[in-house]
Amino acid sequence: MMDVIAVILLFCGLFFFTGGAVGIIRFPDFYSRLHPAGKLDTAGLLMAMAGMALHTIHDLSMSSLFTGFKILLIVVFVFITSPTATHAIIDAGVRAGLRPWTKKEKEEHP
Amino acid sequence: MADHEQGNQSKDPLQPLVGPATSAYLQIKKIFQLFLLPVFITFFILFGIWLLLSGRFDLFHISLGVISCMIISFYSCDLLFSQPVNRRIPLVWFRFIKYIPWLLYQIFLANIHVMRLVLHPQMMELIDPKIITFKSRLKSDMSLVTFANSITLTPGTITVYVSVYGDFRVHIIDQASGQALPGEMEERIARAFGE
Repeated sequence: MMDVIAVILLFCGLFFFTGGAVGIIRFPDFYSRLHPAGKLDTAGLLMAMAGMALHTIHDLSMSSLFTGFKILLIVVFVFITSPTATHAIIDAGVRAGLRPWTKKEKEEHP
Repeated sequence: MADHEQGNQSKDPLQPLVGPATSAYLQIKKIFQLFLLPVFITFFILFGIWLLLSGRFDLFHISLGVISCMIISFYSCDLLFSQPVNRRIPLVWFRFIKYIPWLLYQIFLANIHVMRLVLHPQMMELIDPKIITFKSRLKSDMSLVTFANSITLTPGTITVYVSVYGDFRVHIIDQASGQALPGEMEERIARAFGE
């Protein structure tokens, strides 16, 4: 039973990771590509790691509980560092003077 | 130990001068708030992480952990607490922990929204990327950083720039993502940090 939930969670995580990869290819410019690159990964990681933690703690011994906590710590640290890294990348883009892509009709009628 | 506390006290420019007339109790309280309490809190956080990561509970490993955590918290307690510790800090942490489930729920909703955009056949008509600006009423550094990181964690919005006065520039991927800003998220952070 636990394994079924873990596999479902892992597949949901993989789905979000795939979506992130597709989004990087499909979106038009640097700034909008950062949206799927930086953030769909957080949801994918959360689900994949929850699935792995469930699979690990399934025999409920002390060491496996610790391993599960460590896996959750990965999620916590990625949730702190990932937005900071994304912000650093987008800030570098702004400082270098790259203009964001906008829709053409919006540029004609500002 | 005593020398270090004295040095810390005289070096710190933020601390108001303690005249000879004030009682020893106030001085001890100042030292406690400025130096010892941050060291203790940092030590317990570090030691908890040490226990979690090592997973061994024999005397050798625990004493190694105590020694290294003491050294690190002694030298770098001012990284975690740049301002003097006051009584409200545990309350703020408690309210911040209550904020996290709501944030996770928002991240999940927004992830599904961006996922739909990514896989939509007419994606180029749906998206409308631009940079918006707004002013936040949050004051303290910690709440501004939390707000900026929460914005960036929520898919569809990335914080481009934050000033210390609360001016935000946010890159949004479409109108629906930008409408929620600053809105409820700012209110909840303001409540969590007691502003």
